[in-house]
Amino acid sequence: MGRAILLDKVNIPGIRAFEVYREHGGYKPAGKALLGMTPAQVQQEVIKSGLRGRGGAGFPTGLKWSFLDRKSDKPRYLVCNADESEPGTFKDRYLMEKLPHLLIEGLILSSYALGVKTCYIYIRGEFKYLVGILETAIHEAKKNNYLGEKILGTDFSLEIYVHPGAGAYICGEETALLESLEGKRGNPRIKPPFPAYKGLYDCPTVVNNVETLATVTSIISMGGDAYSKLGIGKSTGTKLMSACGNINKPGVYEIEMGLPVEDFIYSEEYCGGIKNDRMLKAVIPGGSSVPILPADLILNTAKGQPRLLTYESLAEGEFISGSMLGSGGFIVFDENACIVRNTWNLTRFYRHESCGQCSPCREGTGWMEKILYRIEHGQGRMSDIDLLVRIAKNIEGNTICPLGDAAAWPVASAIRHFRKEFEEHIK
Amino acid sequence: MLKVTIDNILIEVEEGTTILQAARMIGGKVVPPAMCYYTSLKGSGGKCRSCLVKVAKGSAKDPRPIPKLVASCSTPVQDGMVVENTISAEVQEARKGVVEFLLINHPLDCPVCDQAGECDLQDLSYGFGMEETNTREPRREYPVVDIGPLIKLHMNRCIHCYRCVLAAEQLTKKRAHGMLYRGDTIEISTFIRTAIDSDFSGNMIDVCPVGALTDRSFRFKSRVWFLNPMDAHRECSHCSGKVAAWMFGNEIYRITGRKDTFGELEEFICNECRFEKKDISDWVIEGPRKIKRQSVISGNHYEQMKKGSIIHPIEGTTEPQE
Amino acid sequence: MNTGNSVNHHLFVRENKAVSFSDETLEKVRSLIRRYPEGRQKSALLPVLHIAQEELGGFLSVDTMDYVASLLNLNPIEVYEVATFYSMFYLDKMGKYVLEVCHTGPCAICGGEDVLQHIRDYLHIETGETTPDGMFTLKEVECLGACGNGPVMQVNTEFYEHMTARQVEKVIEDLRQKQGEEGTSKGWAEQFS
Repeated sequence: MGRAILLDKVNIPGIRAFEVYREHGGYKPAGKALLGMTPAQVQQEVIKSGLRGRGGAGFPTGLKWSFLDRKSDKPRYLVCNADESEPGTFKDRYLMEKLPHLLIEGLILSSYALGVKTCYIYIRGEFKYLVGILETAIHEAKKNNYLGEKILGTDFSLEIYVHPGAGAYICGEETALLESLEGKRGNPRIKPPFPAYKGLYDCPTVVNNVETLATVTSIISMGGDAYSKLGIGKSTGTKLMSACGNINKPGVYEIEMGLPVEDFIYSEEYCGGIKNDRMLKAVIPGGSSVPILPADLILNTAKGQPRLLTYESLAEGEFISGSMLGSGGFIVFDENACIVRNTWNLTRFYRHESCGQCSPCREGTGWMEKILYRIEHGQGRMSDIDLLVRIAKNIEGNTICPLGDAAAWPVASAIRHFRKEFEEHIK
Repeated sequence: MLKVTIDNILIEVEEGTTILQAARMIGGKVVPPAMCYYTSLKGSGGKCRSCLVKVAKGSAKDPRPIPKLVASCSTPVQDGMVVENTISAEVQEARKGVVEFLLINHPLDCPVCDQAGECDLQDLSYGFGMEETNTREPRREYPVVDIGPLIKLHMNRCIHCYRCVLAAEQLTKKRAHGMLYRGDTIEISTFIRTAIDSDFSGNMIDVCPVGALTDRSFRFKSRVWFLNPMDAHRECSHCSGKVAAWMFGNEIYRITGRKDTFGELEEFICNECRFEKKDISDWVIEGPRKIKRQSVISGNHYEQMKKGSIIHPIEGTTEPQE
Repeated sequence: MNTGNSVNHHLFVRENKAVSFSDETLEKVRSLIRRYPEGRQKSALLPVLHIAQEELGGFLSVDTMDYVASLLNLNPIEVYEVATFYSMFYLDKMGKYVLEVCHTGPCAICGGEDVLQHIRDYLHIETGETTPDGMFTLKEVECLGACGNGPVMQVNTEFYEHMTARQVEKVIEDLRQKQGEEGTSKGWAEQFS
């Protein structure tokens, strides 16, 4: 199932440079669109492709674009979310480091479709070295008239700027990102209004993930219909999976949607099996916020069907026996891994990353962390387990932004599937 | 006009009205509690989550329910919307959860807190709090600081509503304090050693829903329920001069703004009126303020008052009560 | 680490020391401001704070932040609010090299916590402390987004991956050797074209 759509050029020496990228077919899609297609046609291809947001939520990209307020006379903005901070996820970093021009081209195409003249790439501050790489790529594209005024002689003009964050997971949430881009604390906004109407500087704004926007280049290159034929059902195309944890070959892999999880974990082409020939214990398949699944439920659904890498298959059984594809951050645990310690660890992460704005998240994440710390350090009480479940339930769905859910799900799912381990820690 | 039903009561409101505002128009039990929203402070609301309600029907056009509970203070009404507050078990449960979250790090110092008796968190706990605490973890503790000569900051009591930050931003020339740091250690602070001095800074005390910001000139002077709040006014060049004077006999213990049924100030007042005019001769006393029957402050003070009776201004005053 | 229950963010002191960027950096700052619409110069706050931290002493003193506030026409409290929110900004003097070890999930299951403990033992400092010679400050950080190459350590915004006990010792000794030499990696101001 190995199918390189996004990463087809990744191994070409020097591909980071404009000239090399163009020699290998780069910027052809941009030329094709700007010189031969209307913005509406470009958007139509994206709709046809069935592309869904690759940042975690999986919302259809074409539909998100269609919400953009086009009646407003204010400028419109496209913001590329490169604040990749979800534990277990490191695909965007790889993509930007290896193929910066693929992203720039995706931004040009998307901006053209959306009628955007200014685009910002919001990148997490820890990726300082990527700021230079992207700025260089922008500079090269500008020199070659793919950016700046009157691109390729058309009436379309576009500027792209890279904007660094400074260490805050919450800025991956799109409205927190916009606040941060405006030079403020990364407090998510109260919605409505949504960014499509009131986004950056109160102007209509689209925020998309790096991989999503890079994929637009592939879609224009091959056509929306052809792209939609890849994958299964509503999970079209390919997805970058970043695999880490106790496996032989951690790394970023492009898979066609529908690859069985078992193949992904055990085949030499991908993860290469569990390290030191140990047994698989559990997997968090979509970045640290999605529910953890024990080995039997990650390989097969509760109904006994092989679990596939698609939005639908991973979600099958909902939160009773399923999880989510999320951002594709695939974290593998071997038989020696301690689920309690890992749950405490991730809860500490969410406590640290909560912006502190709304009560359930600010107080709930800290409370859960303190309890889990006690359990992990031998001072747990049996009643703590149900208390954790109750706290997680009181956070979930009641917060301003999804960080509350992201903090609640790992705790709730770990207890759901590994309750015995918690009990043994307490005994 | 838009039609909205809240707890089976139908009301017509103008476009742009939030669910909370619509509920306040109905009044009574259907009004969700609000700890961070403040009508006159732009950008307030959405944070404390105590006003969460269920939208059982989105609108006449799109009758689907909203899957998650919404903050009623920041969700605009749609035509045909059906909202559930007190009649929804889910809402009541969630609100209990929110109150629990607000209390796990709140000190149990009501007996020595100047806000006791007029504290929104006390009211909320009375309504939705549990009898026992489920937390065994030590509470978060901050040192107590004076932010200037007028205001005391007990960060331990703060529920992080941002009202004082918005008040400073919107009422004073140069805001000197803000919400600093992140997560469960966020803190109202000036960051550097400095005094907050501005003509309107005292309003931060009145907008604070809890005892985090208190009046240093009233510190430990009296429990509020031993005092008689009177409407009073004076000629003032900075503000309207319309205040509530909290009296014991003929002595003024403190001056605050006048709060409405929902605990919000009718008008912001200046620091001169609040802190410098404590003599009865400074004021024209209009008469007792109408206090909700349920409030501890009304306890035994106005026995002669009949439910719903109107207080008339005393002779010699020109301003009728609003 | 379970953070304590006592929160004591001390109040900082304005020393009124004159701080300023070089003319070259000032020009860069002006060009950064031009990237955002007129009147939206606050947008440049994060990039300018990065530059300020790097070029004006390795941390953000009150004077540095007041200077940035004046450059961007902001009320100083707006800068304090932002600087205290983001974990990459330091409010206190740091060592010449800040060792930031990731201890979040994926790094932790690959030995991140052991690496952290080894540095504590090797340098005889606890998390948050600086060695007496002012060379190293140790920090625990959350996910750096390089989980496939864990355990990961960041030294002054440069990534060191696949760390082991022996590896970190070597990194530390190499940094000691380099004392006085400037790093080879580009600074914040140079990242922007």
